[in-house]
Amino acid sequence: MTRTRTTAARRFRSDGPACFETRSLSRDFGEGPTRVRALRGVDLTIPAGEVIVLLGASGSGKSTLLNILGGLDRATDGDFKFRGRDMTQISETELTRFRRDHVGFVFQFYNLMPSLTAQENVELVTEIATHPMPARDALGLVDLTDRADHFPSEMSGGEQQRVAIARAIAKRPEVMLCDEPTGALDSATGVRVLQALKRVNRELGSTVLLITHNAGVAAMADRVITLADGQVREERVNDDPIDPEALTW
Amino acid sequence: MSRGRRDMAAALPARLDRKMVRDLWAIRLQALAIALVVAAGVAVHVVAAGMLDSLQETRDAYYDRYRFADVWAPVVRAPDSAAETLRDIPGIASVQTRVREAALFNMPGLSAPATGVMLSLPEAGLAAVNRIHLTAGRRPATGERDAIVLLDSFARAHTLSIGDTVTATVRGGREQFRVVGTALSPEYVYAIAPGQLVPDPRLFGVAWMGRDALEQAADATGAFTEIAFTLQPGASEPAILDALDRQLAPWGAPGAYGRDDHFSDAFVSSEINQLDTMASLLPPVFLIVAAFLVNVVLTRLIAMERAQIGLLKAFGYSSRAVITHYAKFALVIGFVGLALGLGGGVWLGRLMAAMYIEYYHFPFLLFDLPASIYASSLIVTLTAVGGGAVLAGLRTARLSPAEAMRPSQPPDYSRALGATLARWRRFDQQSRMILRHVLRWPARAAFTLAGITVSGALLVSSMYFLDAMDAMIDAHFNLANRQDVSVTLVEPRSRAALHEIARLPGVLAAEPVRHAPARLRFGGHEERIALTGSPQDATLSRLIDSDGLPVMPPPGGLVLSRDIATPLGLRPGNWVEVEITEGHRPVLYLPVSNVVTTLIGSGALIDINDLNALMGESDMITGAVLRIDPDRADALYTALKEAPGVAEVGLQNEARRRFQEIMDEVIGASIFIYTVFAGLIAVGVVYNSVRIAFSEREHELAVLRVLGFSRGEVAYVLLGEIALLTLLALPLGAALGAGLSWYFSQAMSSDLFRLPFIIDPSTFGYSALVVVVVALSSGLMVRARLNRLDMVAALKTGD
Repeated sequence: MTRTRTTAARRFRSDGPACFETRSLSRDFGEGPTRVRALRGVDLTIPAGEVIVLLGASGSGKSTLLNILGGLDRATDGDFKFRGRDMTQISETELTRFRRDHVGFVFQFYNLMPSLTAQENVELVTEIATHPMPARDALGLVDLTDRADHFPSEMSGGEQQRVAIARAIAKRPEVMLCDEPTGALDSATGVRVLQALKRVNRELGSTVLLITHNAGVAAMADRVITLADGQVREERVNDDPIDPEALTW
Repeated sequence: MSRGRRDMAAALPARLDRKMVRDLWAIRLQALAIALVVAAGVAVHVVAAGMLDSLQETRDAYYDRYRFADVWAPVVRAPDSAAETLRDIPGIASVQTRVREAALFNMPGLSAPATGVMLSLPEAGLAAVNRIHLTAGRRPATGERDAIVLLDSFARAHTLSIGDTVTATVRGGREQFRVVGTALSPEYVYAIAPGQLVPDPRLFGVAWMGRDALEQAADATGAFTEIAFTLQPGASEPAILDALDRQLAPWGAPGAYGRDDHFSDAFVSSEINQLDTMASLLPPVFLIVAAFLVNVVLTRLIAMERAQIGLLKAFGYSSRAVITHYAKFALVIGFVGLALGLGGGVWLGRLMAAMYIEYYHFPFLLFDLPASIYASSLIVTLTAVGGGAVLAGLRTARLSPAEAMRPSQPPDYSRALGATLARWRRFDQQSRMILRHVLRWPARAAFTLAGITVSGALLVSSMYFLDAMDAMIDAHFNLANRQDVSVTLVEPRSRAALHEIARLPGVLAAEPVRHAPARLRFGGHEERIALTGSPQDATLSRLIDSDGLPVMPPPGGLVLSRDIATPLGLRPGNWVEVEITEGHRPVLYLPVSNVVTTLIGSGALIDINDLNALMGESDMITGAVLRIDPDRADALYTALKEAPGVAEVGLQNEARRRFQEIMDEVIGASIFIYTVFAGLIAVGVVYNSVRIAFSEREHELAVLRVLGFSRGEVAYVLLGEIALLTLLALPLGAALGAGLSWYFSQAMSSDLFRLPFIIDPSTFGYSALVVVVVALSSGLMVRARLNRLDMVAALKTGD
């Protein structure tokens, strides 16, 4: 593993414990001859308040890592902490609670409830969150106030993805986990989505972990982590992240 | 998939058939639930239609082989020569005279008297009409004076065998008889004692003996007291009854009657009619539900396999081949259901036949399925599941390969029925999702609702029978007939006889009764009835109006039960012609003061003094009704068995106990069966609905889990819909159940009894409970899958 430090001035926004800390994190799928080792001992410290881009080829373990950090999956071995709290041994109910209170998810496929309007999709989350913002405000952050009463079937892909972001940010999450959020979108729409994520990071202070196949997107990150074969290949701190508006692909 | 199953599928030559077997295995529980609904429908059809067929065939064969009479004509006493002229009445096929005499059997081990009848057999040869079927022993030999053939059920109830002796009081004379045989008779298929509502084989006996011996015992030498006829095909029964009444009038004939008024046959026919109602009403309900389920499940399967269907078509499989593929699905389910239904039906049918033979004494009763029932089961099953499958399969025909292989669009809720209604702010988002899902697929929700409704209705209407029976018992025993014992005398006696009876040990109260056979005529119609004379202040045996209050006719008037008044078109205030067919046979006109509904039997009530006056007799009685001290019942029974003038003793308390016993047994068993069947419908509908909702919304539910919803909250979204539909179905099921119960109360009432339309609130409560429990457990079966939801896998794909 190589660590490149482009600047000495690391930009911690929070003085508290790191957002995530992982130690020898491993995840195997299957057993015996069909066993696949998706993660092979990942050691990472992810500071709070940053935008982190996870890069890597298909099968490098990006999604597996994100799923474990988000409490959707459990590690086979090793452990990880969220804000200093050990997450490896907690119960299923506590994991649900963790997702509900602390994590905002955005996926490649928007995963909206087709039977709920944009605003109702956001309210689905604000109704169960501890300190949510008003659903209208969340839609405002992604510039969708005027589409609040539309059903998913009446919206474009980019609009649906922005509703998904609004849904994720409405609970004021400490961490946003985004798995290929622009994967299904054209470049211009993708940029709007990334702008929305950046804004959330700036205005709410949420740590944003973003998986992408698109190396260009790394330019907007505070930190870029590259995975290969289930291990961290490279971790790079970016001193001068650019505004997503300047991104093209 | 296990190796065994894989091999089974791999053994099929056509690749599509392998796919079918494997797909079917994947939805095996859903398929089984549907197959069970089909099975329930087929089983009800097999039991009801098979039993109906068996009973009819058995009855017809039995009646035919043993020359069951078409017409009976009792007389007081007529010389044998009187029978000769009757043969010439057009339409009469054969004639048999005989002596009939009431008897009281004194059975060891039974303190109560067993009521019965002695019937003569021809001295030589077999009877021309109403032959007996010997089950053991022989007929009395010519001139054998003390030999009797005993009714098989009575002999068995008292464990009597050939060679045992029986003591009986016949016309006041106490005699001892020797049992030389036991027999069944088409006249006593359903054998019950007077006052009894259901058979109690201990309390009712029939003994056949040689004609000469009985003539002597009954004081009827050279005469007969009853004559029975079979008629030629196509003969007019009413004309023959009229001719018989005219010709036999000089011999004190109270009136000839046909099979309609024959007690045993009326019960058998009523049972057959009830089976007929069941056979035509219930199976279609099950099969419609099955058709709907097949359709819903296949539609869902086809929706999930759109891409595969597109691929098959792209490879060159024709639409027909694809439709056939899905039709085979339905056929496999249908055949499994058919096999289970036929097997279960035959098994239930045999149980039922064994139960019938306990109450209906046929020499044989085989539950046998004719080919026509196999054929009809096959046809209705194929129609039901095939219909459901073809409707679903036709959708695939319209699917073009390219279109089919494109992923289906997310469902559009924006224009769903009532989308704005569901925006009402008071709902939380999960409830809104439930409501919108119902409104988005209203037809499917309606079918689910209908299925649960039908299930609830079946429960209500099957348990309604218990309520109706309770009401009948209450009305008949607690309000109308409050006597413990009724006594019928050998012949009319003066009122002094009442005082003798009242002085018997254990009698607390005695009220007089005067019965007289009569014919009522009004508006060109005629009814044969038994007129009952009671005192104005009767407290024991009465007619009761709809308010539960006793009704007595005013002096000179009549009160009739509705089943007598309605066929005649009589209403209160009408004057009716009454011909009393006894004594000097007076014909009079009497006003009908009231018409009341009796639940069991009929009633035609007149003041006893009026009746005596009309008959030109003073203060006569034919019997009495008694309230007794239960502790001294044995002493009373002993006295009654020895009393010379007593012809029949009716034991009301025994009747009530036995009626309750049989109702609990028979109705309890059928309620159990119907609860199981109704449960099958509920399970079939609810499990399939939830299972399909789960497969359609698995992705959505996984996303909810990702968003931080607990398992319970996600289960609410999945099961809330079925809970909502179940709650809606409960009042609908109660209403439909009440409607069905009303239909049963109309369809199953007969001349013998009327089912009152009364449903106890607890019936609705219990039915609702069963439906809720079944829905809940079906829901929980699917909930287990929620716990295994793979969140990660769900997120990898778009909806």
